[in-house]
Amino acid sequence: MSIIQIKNLAKSYRVYQKKEGLREAFRGLFRREYKTVEAVKNVNLTVERGEFVAFLGPNGAGKTTTLKLLSGVIYPTSGVATVMGFTPWERSLEYRRRFALVMGQKNQLWWDLPAQESFRLNQKIYRLETEQFEATLDRLTSLLDVKRLLGRPVRELSLGERMKMELIAALLHDPEVLFLDEPTIGLDVIAQHKIQQFLKQYQEERGITILLTSHYMKDVAALCKRVVVIAEGSVQYDGSLAGIVDVFSKDKIVTLELEEGQSDAGLERFGTIETRNLPKVALRCERNRVSQILTQILNEYTIADVAVEDPPLEEVIAKLYTQVSRDQNTNNEGQS
Amino acid sequence: MSPGIQLRLTILKTALAERMAYRGDFALGTLMRFLPLITQIFLWWAIFQSIDASGSGEGSINGYSFRDMVAYYLLTTIGRAFSSMPGLSSYVATRIRDGEIKKFLVQPVDFLSFLFWSRVAHKLAYYTVAILPFALVFFLCRDFFSDLSIAPSSWIIFLLSLPLSFALGFYLETCLGLVGFWMLEVSSLLFVYMLFQFFLSGHMFPLDILPQPWGDIVGYLPIKYLAYFPAAVLLGKVTGTKLLFDFGMLVFWVVFFFGLSRILYACGLRRYSGYGG
Repeated sequence: MSIIQIKNLAKSYRVYQKKEGLREAFRGLFRREYKTVEAVKNVNLTVERGEFVAFLGPNGAGKTTTLKLLSGVIYPTSGVATVMGFTPWERSLEYRRRFALVMGQKNQLWWDLPAQESFRLNQKIYRLETEQFEATLDRLTSLLDVKRLLGRPVRELSLGERMKMELIAALLHDPEVLFLDEPTIGLDVIAQHKIQQFLKQYQEERGITILLTSHYMKDVAALCKRVVVIAEGSVQYDGSLAGIVDVFSKDKIVTLELEEGQSDAGLERFGTIETRNLPKVALRCERNRVSQILTQILNEYTIADVAVEDPPLEEVIAKLYTQVSRDQNTNNEGQS
Repeated sequence: MSPGIQLRLTILKTALAERMAYRGDFALGTLMRFLPLITQIFLWWAIFQSIDASGSGEGSINGYSFRDMVAYYLLTTIGRAFSSMPGLSSYVATRIRDGEIKKFLVQPVDFLSFLFWSRVAHKLAYYTVAILPFALVFFLCRDFFSDLSIAPSSWIIFLLSLPLSFALGFYLETCLGLVGFWMLEVSSLLFVYMLFQFFLSGHMFPLDILPQPWGDIVGYLPIKYLAYFPAAVLLGKVTGTKLLFDFGMLVFWVVFFFGLSRILYACGLRRYSGYGG
């Protein structure tokens, strides 16, 4: 059986519709208008034990809401989900002992105390044997190289060091399922890289199941073989990272380096000129015409070097997001 | 030791360590507690002076002489050292508002029992610092208690009512904080509560100087146990069946607010999980 199963999961909020201006604010005292916001509309997903899955999507797409549903923090409006056989929002203690949630923007450690104290409290909360606890703590602190920081108050740690401590706090009880909500947000490149390295190694060693949301493509590219794109509250894509480009982009970028003296006039016939920095010119052309275009160019121009690449992933995904939200808007207009 | 007890002890220890991190704030807060006491004593001194000027020798208000009044105030500081919960309601409301309460839904630990044991730690830390100034003040003011003879039953009820007033104060203020599940901002509610508490807990004046029927009405409210009751018991103002009845009511209110806090928490979580998060 799959470790995580989600069927037709939906969550809508009723939010108070606040209008602009003082008069409207007064009217709001007596009569409130509410609007239903569908944060998650219809998510279907299965995840196997040991998978490392990334959730991608624009802000407000429903990624965090999905993680909250799977952590049992909120109830769904409809649909079912099981994680390790538990229904998360029943919040059984047994379930809570077997998973962990780390939110990059929330601090779970005691701010004015050394992380060590928070860890010891977690030991008791999760009822860990002292020996096992100390061995795990030792292993995690050496992996993340933070042993010397254990005695320092959390408020004095840098963001990167604090994030490492947060991860340790979440992993002490050896969870089988880990939900990570933007674990590298706000970190510098080096700290991001270290945390990626750690997560990768830890996940491979322990074979645990991880769901991660992130805005950094580097995180995703480094860690996850499987990517789930969520936008407008439902799953738009489920597959490999490279596959996104195949599915959602019909373009290739052809970069030409012209020989000295060769003019670039006429190149715009073959596609849109992305950048022109002579002697280099980057052309965006349709993927299925690339070979034909290349032959033609090589015949007509003298070329020193040529490269054919996929458009940058970020760009494809940004396009995908806007496309999804545009489709959504036209659908809505059609319905009303 | 059972894992549950071990967890409670660790919460206690951690919260204690945290309190010790704010030593300065702490020492200042402890000393400041005695300031309003001094102004109140002067105020009543002036009132009794004016009564004396018009009347004869020793003035009294509803059975309270000036000496009784000072003794009463000193004793309410002990009751309040147990029952006052600085910042508890707003702490609870803030945890709800900023979503930090999630931590307690994800981890296998109960929010209310966590709060309770952290608050016990706050109090223990407070007592270790406050015991010296308290002892000093009571030593300096020992003359105000010199003609007091306290029955053993009063001692027993007094000593029992202190931890119970802690529990009452804790659950009452927790309930107020849990209203944060329904209202985004609870500070006005807390303000109103503090105002009532200030006058009707006996913090400002002994409740039995109130004219009837107000005295009786206030006598049935739970907040009188936060300051008035322990002091009045030791001063011999509450005796006999009234003493037992009032003590029984104290136990009832503790159980009532404990139950209410559980219900509010359960309903609040359902609402939070349904709408917010």
